[in-house]
Amino acid sequence: MNPALLEVSDLRVEFSTRRGTVAAVEAVNLQLHKGETLGIVGESGSGKSVTSYAVMKILDRARRIAGGRILFNGMRLDDADEPLMNDLRGREISMIFQNPRAALNPIRSIGCQIEDVLIRHAQATRHTARDKAIALLDRVRIREPEKRYHAYPFELSGGMCQRVVIAIALACRPQLLIADEPTTGLDVTTQRAVMELMRELTRSAGMSTLLITHDLGLAGEFCDRILVMEKGRVVEMNETVALLTAPSHPYTRRLLRATPHGAQTVRDLLPEDDRPSQLPPMQAASAAPLLEVSSLVKTYAAPPGLLDRLLQRNKTTAPFRAVDDISFSVGHGESVALVGESGCGKSTTSAMIMRLLEPSSGVIRFKGRDITAIPAAQFCASPDRRLLQMVFQDPHESLNPRTSAADAIAEPLRRLDGLTDDAEIRHRVETVSSEVGLPFDLLERLPHQLSGGQKARVGIARAIVMRPELLVLDEPTAALDVSVQALVLNLLADLRARLGMSYLFVSHDLDVVRLLCDRIIVMRAGRIVEEGETARVLASPEAAYTRELLAAIPRPRHRVGAGTSSRLATV
Amino acid sequence: MSALAGVSVGQQRQAPAWRRQWQHFRYVTTANPVTLLAFIGLGVMIAVAILGPYLIPYDPLASLAEKALKPPSLEHWFGTDQLGRDVFSRVVVATRLDLLISVSAVALSFVVGAAIGAAAGYWGGWFDQLSGRLLDTIMAFPLFVLAMGIVAAAGNTIQNIVIATAIINLPFYARVARAEVAIRRNAAYVQAARLSGSSDLRLLICTIFPNTLPPMMVQLSLNMGWAILNAAGLSFIGLGVRAPTAEWGIMVAEGANFIISGEWWLALFPGAALMLAVFTFNLLGDGLRDLVDPARRT
Repeated sequence: MNPALLEVSDLRVEFSTRRGTVAAVEAVNLQLHKGETLGIVGESGSGKSVTSYAVMKILDRARRIAGGRILFNGMRLDDADEPLMNDLRGREISMIFQNPRAALNPIRSIGCQIEDVLIRHAQATRHTARDKAIALLDRVRIREPEKRYHAYPFELSGGMCQRVVIAIALACRPQLLIADEPTTGLDVTTQRAVMELMRELTRSAGMSTLLITHDLGLAGEFCDRILVMEKGRVVEMNETVALLTAPSHPYTRRLLRATPHGAQTVRDLLPEDDRPSQLPPMQAASAAPLLEVSSLVKTYAAPPGLLDRLLQRNKTTAPFRAVDDISFSVGHGESVALVGESGCGKSTTSAMIMRLLEPSSGVIRFKGRDITAIPAAQFCASPDRRLLQMVFQDPHESLNPRTSAADAIAEPLRRLDGLTDDAEIRHRVETVSSEVGLPFDLLERLPHQLSGGQKARVGIARAIVMRPELLVLDEPTAALDVSVQALVLNLLADLRARLGMSYLFVSHDLDVVRLLCDRIIVMRAGRIVEEGETARVLASPEAAYTRELLAAIPRPRHRVGAGTSSRLATV
Repeated sequence: MSALAGVSVGQQRQAPAWRRQWQHFRYVTTANPVTLLAFIGLGVMIAVAILGPYLIPYDPLASLAEKALKPPSLEHWFGTDQLGRDVFSRVVVATRLDLLISVSAVALSFVVGAAIGAAAGYWGGWFDQLSGRLLDTIMAFPLFVLAMGIVAAAGNTIQNIVIATAIINLPFYARVARAEVAIRRNAAYVQAARLSGSSDLRLLICTIFPNTLPPMMVQLSLNMGWAILNAAGLSFIGLGVRAPTAEWGIMVAEGANFIISGEWWLALFPGAALMLAVFTFNLLGDGLRDLVDPARRT
């Protein structure tokens, strides 16, 4: 084969901390050929982003390249100076970042931002830049590019912003595109559209792509070769199909296994050697529902403008209906999934059920009692408060940065049970910590001293310490690595079986929902589009939207042909 | 089993809280030499304020006509003033008064301003509108002129200087507190605390407000400097502390008359003390923020 476009050999990146220097990335070797797509897969902290930042030489101040060579087109990049890198970045190597909204300048129109890159790298002059920018917007399939040219990032959706970022990255026809988690935070259907666009554009231009992702499914579908990293080292590199069908390294096997796609039960996600006993069977759900939601509506009215108020004009703009007349129920001990894409109203619904948000109209009955009768602000004193608890989406965001894990778990005991005896509180906190598998010596730590999985456990412990009857799980694993997600999902399944709680599982991930829920409710634009038993909804979806959601889940290429989604026998 | 585990936890538990605080303080001060300098400056100022009257070689109020306007010497380090008082003794003694005025003024505006701002940021609505416009009104005045007006109208006492200084600094705390609380009002951890049964007031005081401390601390230390300058400024123009009390502002004011005739030391040394104090407080900001920021603790 002809020489590689990018060749990284023995790369070592160090970063300095309070306790001396630590290697962030060590002994990394990789080759990327022309027109090839290489996936770097790993969990957080595996050094996959640092590797790509080292190639771009945009490491932050604490990090530095301590050894190894980076050859790009025969050029040494590891000791290249800033002016050379400035010239290369954007022209020869470009990058797509994780959060498209943060990657765009919020106060400049997107057209100007594309022009900047074109003019900076002498691809266009002031006179031709505008036309070229519009042509680029057209190429990334933004409708009505002339109009959108003047749009600001906040006026566009996340997927649109990512298209603009792609347009900027591809503006100068670079030879290498580095995509750092380009679709994290986007909906599955948007993710598919963005990834397919990226593949098509890079292929037609003969570009090489370095796709950095935590999602093996995504890498499996869009990459030619995959490189797996763990703790700053490359553990395995192989052709995609070979890697997915016959992984040689135990870490790759664990990662593959933890990916929920294709697993039959939650237990399948865990490595075989430390798999706990089978789940005890669930008791049959009793007839009377625990939670009944009927005709629930939440509207947000746009406040009248100042001028309208002054002139006492009564302009009637229809209020935005975030949740539009939905009804459903959750039985005792049942696990129900509320599935939909961002903005479909699923989080608003769960916040209303939790009495964090006042509904505009409708009734929420919990154990037959109408809980909307008590205003949200006074609900903290209601006896039902302890029975309705929630696990939040981001385990980091949902912990007060100033309180230790023990205090966070003890908070409901102090407030809702009025416990004041420190020994008693300590005992209850330790009991629940052992239930969620949180080591006791971590209890004194502050949130930033805990890992993502540990924080998730603290969040779950806090929610179940009161023994709630209904637990709302708002994307509890969305911010977690797959291996941690596997543990947390198993923990949730165990807890439900042991404590007989009902779950309302809010998620966008149908693969995760499948393993944990009895029933699925699919929401779109504030309405329920489909509802039914999990197996039925996934096997023969009735609504077109459900089918669209299912089709958007990334499937590794070789498995598409197999037709079924059965787990590979070789694993 | 859990009892056993409890015992082992008790033994393994990290160093006691004060010890961790001290380690954290040591880290914050050693990581940044400027912070260390600021904390040393603060320590010296506090020590001088407390021990000042016992350290000075001369009575700050005793005048000796035959020693008037002597330049700095070994006997009188900072020279003597027009009444023959020892400038060094007066500068040292004045530390307590100046620090007292500025600390109490800043404490007052911190407490009241943070309360107003936090309530406005949390509940919004009419209280936010009302307090916001009221604070705008205060800020619309040239602040020093406003302080002059308040002291002139209310009377020339130390208490009124403190109140005037507190009023003109109030809007800064209220604004910072309002913005910081409004950002965190709907944070996930606040919602979680609500689920744990916290009422609105409890959420605001126990969960949200402590998290706004880091930016408030920066504001606090900057304001300490302004407050000292403000108090000295009021004395300088004849409002506030009156002669013969030793106070940096009056000393600079009195000394200014003698600069033309070459007696520079009268105004220079109290001016330098003032400058050092303001300098120290301004440098302290970053250090204080790091000290109250839990993320800096590892």
